[in-house]
Amino acid sequence: MNIRLRRRMVNVLALSASLAAMAFGLAWLVSILWNVISLGIGGISVSLFTLETPPPGASGGLGNAIVGSVIMVGLATLIGTPIGILAGIYLAEYGRRSWLGSVTRFVNDMLLSAPSIVIGLFVYAIVVARFGGFSGWAGVLALTLLLLPVVVRTTENMLLLVPNSLREAAIALGAPRYRVISGVTLRAARAGVITGVLLALARISGETAPLLFTSLSNQFWSFKMSEPMANLPVTIFKFAMSPFEDWQRLAWAGVFLITLGVLLLNILARTLFKDELK
Amino acid sequence: MAAGEKPAGEALAGRHLARTPMAIAHARIDRLFGWLTQGIAALVLALLAGIIVSLVVSAWPSIERFGFDFLTSTEWNPPKERFGALVPAYGTLVTSIIALVIAVPVSFGIALFLTELSPVWLKRPLGTAIELLAAIPSIVYGMWGLLVFSPLFGEYAQPWLAATLGRLPLIGGLFSGPPIGIGLLCAGIILAIMIIPFIASVMRDVFELTPPLLKESAYGLGATTWEVMSGVVLPYTRAGVVGGIMLGLGRALGETMAVTFVIGNTNMLQNFSLFQSGNSITSALANEFAEASPGLHTAALIELGLILFVITLLVLAASKAMLARMARSEGAAA
Amino acid sequence: MNLPTNGARSVSGGLPRHTLAQGSAPAPLSVALGLRDFNFYYGKFHAIKNVSMDIFRNHVTAFIGPSGCGKSTLLRALNRMYDLYPDQRAEGQLLFHGDNLLDRSVDLLDLRARIGMVFQKPTPFPMSIYDNIAFGVRMHENLSRAEMDERVEWALSKAALWGEVKGILGRNGATLSGGQQQRLCIARGIAVKPEVLLLDEPTSALDPISTARIEELVTELKSEFTIAIVTHNMQQAARVSDYTAYMYLGELVEYGVTSQIFLKPAKKETEDYITGRFG
Repeated sequence: MNIRLRRRMVNVLALSASLAAMAFGLAWLVSILWNVISLGIGGISVSLFTLETPPPGASGGLGNAIVGSVIMVGLATLIGTPIGILAGIYLAEYGRRSWLGSVTRFVNDMLLSAPSIVIGLFVYAIVVARFGGFSGWAGVLALTLLLLPVVVRTTENMLLLVPNSLREAAIALGAPRYRVISGVTLRAARAGVITGVLLALARISGETAPLLFTSLSNQFWSFKMSEPMANLPVTIFKFAMSPFEDWQRLAWAGVFLITLGVLLLNILARTLFKDELK
Repeated sequence: MAAGEKPAGEALAGRHLARTPMAIAHARIDRLFGWLTQGIAALVLALLAGIIVSLVVSAWPSIERFGFDFLTSTEWNPPKERFGALVPAYGTLVTSIIALVIAVPVSFGIALFLTELSPVWLKRPLGTAIELLAAIPSIVYGMWGLLVFSPLFGEYAQPWLAATLGRLPLIGGLFSGPPIGIGLLCAGIILAIMIIPFIASVMRDVFELTPPLLKESAYGLGATTWEVMSGVVLPYTRAGVVGGIMLGLGRALGETMAVTFVIGNTNMLQNFSLFQSGNSITSALANEFAEASPGLHTAALIELGLILFVITLLVLAASKAMLARMARSEGAAA
Repeated sequence: MNLPTNGARSVSGGLPRHTLAQGSAPAPLSVALGLRDFNFYYGKFHAIKNVSMDIFRNHVTAFIGPSGCGKSTLLRALNRMYDLYPDQRAEGQLLFHGDNLLDRSVDLLDLRARIGMVFQKPTPFPMSIYDNIAFGVRMHENLSRAEMDERVEWALSKAALWGEVKGILGRNGATLSGGQQQRLCIARGIAVKPEVLLLDEPTSALDPISTARIEELVTELKSEFTIAIVTHNMQQAARVSDYTAYMYLGELVEYGVTSQIFLKPAKKETEDYITGRFG
């Protein structure tokens, strides 16, 4: 076989393998989505949202788990977003080269990559073990700690993308620094920061591991933040691992809801950013 | 050029640059705002220190009791209060290795496709699809793995693997035993599917950093697409590619739900078969922690978490260093 | 309210001795900014060496010279933009109404309200045209809505932009063309009513037509403001300025009435640069 032919064949083989890899990756996506939709959509009904989680064999819904998840994710976002944005502002605008800045940036990256279950352990150790047991607040804290580093990171990155000339132009007008930041740089970085918050929100709404030993779960409607709180991911975990078929059906419905929500948040975040770039 | 003897400004009856009340208010708010952001940054810093300290403190009873033996003992016996991390650590390691073995070549293929082969109109949608795969919560992978994938895997794939690879010398033992679907191999495969999007996106991003001129010069010499990729782009982006792989490894090590559903959750190892059930650090935590009795059992589980934390930190620090090196050499080349 | 009312503080004393080499300038002359033994450093690099000169009120002073000669650095030092960067520092005196602006005690916010600046590239803020103008004004004055409307119209008219944008004040500033954006930035700068306006190569990113408009504008604005402009375009300096300073390697080589500098420079180096034999 001459060398040119061999090179051609190697090339064709390699490129076919690449195509196959792409198909392989997409096949999983399609297969997972297909199963989630086909097995989950049947469980969507009004009672899914209005009834509480049933004992095995009885009928019920996921109402308390959905509400609990919305409350905990919502609170975590409300607490974590402003803190994260302020810390991100410090890193990008004040502490670019300072000691505190570099250490915080490093630590934030570690926090960002910490396994979520370890965050759960931490909250267990400092809250649950010390202040009387599993509670909704502990769950909120764990979710906040997962959201926070993402928001810090994106805020810093987006602020760093704002050209310095814009900062100088605002300062040249005699604007104090806080007005330069709040009125000009943060505003210029707005789309990116919101995207980051949405992606972080998407990430924590599916998180299960850190809730397992912080908020635990609750079979009933629960609005008391100081008690174990029902939430969607832990309920899905419990139901999916069970041998009961109606529990598994509810779990599929729950997984369908979570996947739908997370994908919508992701798509929303992407389109938002794209429009702003034009 | 001599300066005027008389300071220029003195001749002018101008307003001096005194502080107006508004300027004073601005300065005050400015200082407060600066302090506020600084304080919050310090808080973030304190949090991580807090995590490490609190984990060490909570794990201390177990660290004190078992010392280094914790890492080498296979016994995990809550009633007798004897704990060793070897089985879950082995599970974490093995599933992560399986995941990398599958995910790395596939991710490379996907990145190659997205940067070199894909028609332009398909690049964005395909890239987005791969990124969406990364956004799906791990509990979805886990549940899908348990209820959909593992029965099919046990029925079709495992017997086939046992009949082919299982007959080979040396590695045959890895593919033996009853095909029950769930187990170490199944967990590794689910993990692979989970980390493919992470590795593939990093690889695609670093491939796109290769200067077009470099590629064009290689094409100009008559190189094929594959030769350009393997001979020029891959060496140029090596640090970034390794960084991406490390990132995926970090994910795999710390992943909980996808593994917990399908690994089987047993704290025993009979042999080296990948078909058997096992446990990983994360799945042990997920299954036992909420019901663990306070005291040594809890402490041992927290020590597991601490070990996991330290390992992932090291892996991700290595990943960051590689990616930073990539970015630096890119900056130097530009 | 302690408002800078430009032009109102006119000359009260005798003329300060300025450092012009020769030629007679249009009278009456008063000094807006005086530099005395001014030096500037980027870390260890000595970027501006012992410059002493006066910048005259209600005139246009142009700074020319090859790239890297320090002309932009000098301009940016006049409202202490360098304070943003820890490794940059200035020494000597920069006199403004009897104060040395290099003193630590100077209030930077106030200083920058009185010595405004427009940059090389247009920098519209990510907000409406109206808010772009109002942004700076709000920092220094509490105006009623009607007063603010009036100020915005005044500034945009001064910048010869009012006619083009009066119907679209709510639109984002970034949607304007490059030349319009730069006029917006000039309007934003003058809305604060500074005494001095620093223009750092304001037309280098613009097309010839927009450039011509900005040049016209500069000539009109000097009746109310003192203008210092850095330009790499010698024709531009000749067209718009009353005084020209030629800088080279951080030193002020020659400074004088523009016509003098361009027609009969005193120094050989200046002549070489002007005639294009160098630079």
